[in-house]
Amino acid sequence: MRRRLAGISLLGVLALTAAACGNGGEGGGTQAAAGPVTITMWTRAATQTQSERLVQEYNKTHKNQVKLTVIPTDNYQPRIAAAAGARQLPDVFAADVIFVPNYTSQGLFLDVTDRIAALPFKDKLAPSHMKLGTLDGRMYTLPHTLDLSVWFWNKDLYEKAGLDPEKGPKTLKEFAQQATAVQEKLGKDGKVHGTFFGGNCGGCYVFTFWPSVWAAGAQVMNDEGTQSLNDRPAMLEVFKIWRELYEKKATGPTAKEEQGPTWTGFFPKGEIGVMPMPSTTLGLMPKDMRIGVTPIAGPDGGESTFVGGDSIGIGSTTKNADAAWEFLSWTVGDQAQVEVMAKNKDVLARTDLASNKYSAEDPRVVLINSLVGKGRTPYALRFGQTYNDPQGPWLRYAREAVFGDPAKLPQLNAEITKSLQQ
Amino acid sequence: MTLTIDRAGRAARSRPPARWWRSRKAQGWLYAAPTAVIVGVLFVAPLVLVVWMSLNRWPLLGSATFNAPDNYTKILDNPLFADAVVFTLKYTVLTTVLLSAVALGLALLVQDRRPGIGFFRTAFFLPGAVGFAAAALLFYGMLNNDFGPIDPMLQAIGLTREPVKWIGTPNMALFSTITLVIWRFAGFNMLILLTGLQAIPTEVYEAARSDGAGRRQIFTRITLPLLRPTLALMLILSVTGSLLAFDQFFVFTNGGPDNSTVSMVMVVYRDAFFRFDLGGAAAISVVLLAALVGLNAFLMRRLR
Repeated sequence: MRRRLAGISLLGVLALTAAACGNGGEGGGTQAAAGPVTITMWTRAATQTQSERLVQEYNKTHKNQVKLTVIPTDNYQPRIAAAAGARQLPDVFAADVIFVPNYTSQGLFLDVTDRIAALPFKDKLAPSHMKLGTLDGRMYTLPHTLDLSVWFWNKDLYEKAGLDPEKGPKTLKEFAQQATAVQEKLGKDGKVHGTFFGGNCGGCYVFTFWPSVWAAGAQVMNDEGTQSLNDRPAMLEVFKIWRELYEKKATGPTAKEEQGPTWTGFFPKGEIGVMPMPSTTLGLMPKDMRIGVTPIAGPDGGESTFVGGDSIGIGSTTKNADAAWEFLSWTVGDQAQVEVMAKNKDVLARTDLASNKYSAEDPRVVLINSLVGKGRTPYALRFGQTYNDPQGPWLRYAREAVFGDPAKLPQLNAEITKSLQQ
Repeated sequence: MTLTIDRAGRAARSRPPARWWRSRKAQGWLYAAPTAVIVGVLFVAPLVLVVWMSLNRWPLLGSATFNAPDNYTKILDNPLFADAVVFTLKYTVLTTVLLSAVALGLALLVQDRRPGIGFFRTAFFLPGAVGFAAAALLFYGMLNNDFGPIDPMLQAIGLTREPVKWIGTPNMALFSTITLVIWRFAGFNMLILLTGLQAIPTEVYEAARSDGAGRRQIFTRITLPLLRPTLALMLILSVTGSLLAFDQFFVFTNGGPDNSTVSMVMVVYRDAFFRFDLGGAAAISVVLLAALVGLNAFLMRRLR
């Protein structure tokens, strides 16, 4: 009896082990779907609203269903990496467009070149997103959301501060003057501040400061994304202007500690005069708030924007490639783009739909749409670990430039370049 | 006849053991097998895998390529890791000393049975029931300069004039984190020490008192020496836990400000999940593991 027990338990353990070690099967295949398929989708919190709207509309109108999981923006990259390592990627996942080259080079997305080629509007898809989703001539992603950085100003606060509420800043220097005016006139209560920025958030810096450099006609990296040009005069002048704003206490006392998750939370409360914001937040602003929107400018003029947002692709380990593509191609189709995205003041993934029945209603949306062509999406294979990671070299650099010791900048810039080349 | 029996007996012995599992030795192995398999699969295999990973370039998807000892040599080029080692050691020393002192103080406070002592013991232990990540988030919420309630309270009673930058400067970030760790673990360590204290026979105390020993003498000559094995256990737990610190820094300080609170495990995490360098992260893990095993062996030997 004892022997039998031992034998049974041994067999049991062996069976368990075999099950635990068993391979989940080859990924990337296509499954003949007998009935409706439910596919899994991941997105990051920063562009959650747009993804939710699309998924909701799709689920309402299609047999196949999409199950959406939203992951905190800061944790998104680690989660994707862990899922890839376990061969458990979701069927479909959106990613911050600047991380896409890294993901495609690691083989995380399924090659959809032929499927994209069959789309009637293939040449009208947002060019910067398409460029970053292409590797060695093969295409892996579609644009999902476009999120542009623009300056928002609060017309009520401008009026109270004695500024012209209809005239936003045309240069970064004007921006600083207007922010200072709001601070000096209205900042006494400690609640209202001239401006705000994410001072302890690498991604916030690149999103809001770099367009000023581009607007001044300069560059932040070489084209290959392997050399940092952030030590050049244009970037240093932008840093200097923001540094002065911080020293004058026009940026709010917590800007230096702001790690990113809450940096857009102060403006909608009516506490900030003027600040750079993601265009996707326009649709989320309080209805009764009077807000002006203007392109980000360089110290002496020009205009540009950081074309951010998400691209979306099929996880390379999926078994539901056809169902996944059905959803993806629907999201860039006319109906979803106009009735879901444009209706909610979002920038469209297609240039041919930029003017539509909804965009004309709000000149701010027209302005944002028009910026897509002028802005940039920087390319670097090592973008995340260099610029977004809180332990990456860029955040150290930017913080020294704005709050610390500018003498350290040349050496720290060399570290950014080193990180880009690793 | 004898010969035949002998032959038969020899023949039986020289045959391969037909029922080898009947021998006591074989049965012993069989009984141990389930546990051995569990230990092998759950404990040994991951360790072997990590060591193997550390000798390879290990992409997220696709096959690995052997590149030893590159992953180990490049640890030396990583300035973040060097800083993290120094910081983690500093944090470990501070945390262990302060945590031990607070836990011992609490244990002495609630050592004797008195009316209502159960309430205090429970109250001190309660933070230990909060998940560590949740505790870190709780502190983040309380100490946050934008919406935390602590700053307005301190200002209201006139202790501070401006919001304190709880995680805004390197020193304050370290101080706040250690406070969090003590709050979370002091009660748990108190419980360990309490069992040690209560294992000391009361006769020893009575004898000391009748010999005229004062409170201080009793504490230094009786309580501390007899508590030594329990203190050693607490010390090893605290040192190991502190050297492997991650949640508190990841959730609470995010390694900031300016990388001043990056622990060694955070470097492992960054290499694996931000830089996608799984081989490099495995190499650091192996180094960390070796250091921990060495340190704990040393501590056990010294404190036994």
